Amino acid sequence: MKIPSLREVGTEARLLLIGIPVFLWTMIPIYHMFLFAISPKEDAFSGKLWPDHPTLHNFEIVFKQQHYFLRDFYVQFWNSVVIAASVGVLTLFIATAAAFSISRLKVPGGRVVLNLALFTYFIPAAFLAVPMYRTMGNYGLLNNHWSLILAMVTIASPYAIWVLKQASDKLPVELDEAAVMDGATTLQIFRLVYLPLMMPSLVAIGTYAVLLAWNEYLYAFLLLSNDREITLPVALGNFLAADDSPWELLMTTGFIYALPPAAVYYAFRRYMVGGLTAGAVKS
Amino acid sequence: MAITLSGDQAIPGPPLSSRLTPAQVWGIVLLAPYLLVFLAFVVYPVCYGLWLARAPANYVALYNDPIFARAAVNTLIFLVIGINIKMLIALFLSGFFAVQRPWIKWLSVIFILPWAVPSIPTILSVRFMLNPEWGMINHFIFSFTGDDGPNWLNDPTVALSMAIAVHIWKSLPFWTLILITGRLAISHDLFEAAEVDGASWWQKFRYITWPSMQTLYVTCTLLSMIWTLGDFNSVYLLTGGGPADLTHVLSTLGIRYLRLDQLSLAMASIVCAMPFVLPLVYFMMKRLSR
Repeated sequence: MKIPSLREVGTEARLLLIGIPVFLWTMIPIYHMFLFAISPKEDAFSGKLWPDHPTLHNFEIVFKQQHYFLRDFYVQFWNSVVIAASVGVLTLFIATAAAFSISRLKVPGGRVVLNLALFTYFIPAAFLAVPMYRTMGNYGLLNNHWSLILAMVTIASPYAIWVLKQASDKLPVELDEAAVMDGATTLQIFRLVYLPLMMPSLVAIGTYAVLLAWNEYLYAFLLLSNDREITLPVALGNFLAADDSPWELLMTTGFIYALPPAAVYYAFRRYMVGGLTAGAVKS
Repeated sequence: MAITLSGDQAIPGPPLSSRLTPAQVWGIVLLAPYLLVFLAFVVYPVCYGLWLARAPANYVALYNDPIFARAAVNTLIFLVIGINIKMLIALFLSGFFAVQRPWIKWLSVIFILPWAVPSIPTILSVRFMLNPEWGMINHFIFSFTGDDGPNWLNDPTVALSMAIAVHIWKSLPFWTLILITGRLAISHDLFEAAEVDGASWWQKFRYITWPSMQTLYVTCTLLSMIWTLGDFNSVYLLTGGGPADLTHVLSTLGIRYLRLDQLSLAMASIVCAMPFVLPLVYFMMKRLSR
């Protein structure tokens, strides 16, 4: 074994001096959540780093809906799933159609629409929430899943269109021309040439829209209020309504809620990093 | 039927459909879904909101509301101090993560977690850690010093700092990742040449890294500022705007007015932010649509 020089040891030590705080900073809030999920109430509140009696009892309570705050757990989980999936499908449909139209068909006014979309993307969503809430009331959609689905599609589409438009621009024009020569109609080009080539970007954008909708709190809590209509994050926020909130159950539910997006993120990381960071900031 | 049609069409000329190629017709059809969404859920709400906020009395009321002034100052602190600290750390860490070591590769996978998990449970987790009686942090302070720790979220300055810290915790990975891509795009030859010339760590940064990254860095900082204006969760879920409504930022203040059924005030507070937001948005659009 090669004995490292003093200089190498120094470099390694300096790297560790950065790495260890970064690790702790990242993990502590997540570990704290996990710790609560496996702790009985008395252990959780005593500030121990590891419970004396780790248990899965909290998960049992959540899955059997054995608490006042959790009586609609499955309904709320299902609401989150349905809304996230709908937002993903609708965003993909709207954004792909728009990107194809702007980038491949060169529709008149496409550039203007793209700039309007980009403008919407930059206006903070929390600012749009106030008028959006009132508008949904005017449309009679409050407390209806469609209100949240449509609101999230509105927020997700601009970025989706923009990223997909950038990706479409990179496909060679000759492909479309060759297909037209062969007598393909516009719809056939869209379905048989365009969609297969765009697959990686579509996966990235679909994932983006689904995660955006699954994670959304502000719009969900403004637009939905009925206990059987709300999504999981709103239900988590409602735990705070009581003074003696069962924090160990709150953290358990939060842990269950956080698992799917984390899994999806890591599964599609390859697409996410490539597709999204390239789109997010062009230097 | 035929008679009424010919009467209505006063302007002669070819019908619209014959002036457009089939591809262009399809283009309009495919663009229509987004245009409908845009008209129904962006244009209409914005116009309606502006109409609600039209009365000057709203702005007088805002001007006289101390909570609004406080929220405006808090937002500025959040943006100017919070974002710059965040971006400096991201710039620093992008250099750290660019170092080739197996364990740093693993750490970078873990480092992404705050961005990958939803913010609600993690912010609530931090909120309990800061609980003065039961929270982990004050338990630690007590076991090391024997003194009770501070009542973290009861002091507006500390509470706002904690909200900024939560925001940094959540979005640092994203910006670090983007700065890493920028850093990896720099040609390695430059660093090797500098190494041969005996350049110091600071010289390499000052004359190679920074010049090639400064455009990206400034773009990221501005973009992060715009987005952070809309960061509702970090403040609302950690402090709820308290104590005594002293830690509100503009995004939570708008929702507070909304909950108090003062919709026109909520809109007016947003309109007040526009003179700051629109130039930033304009600048960003110019940059991105080049």
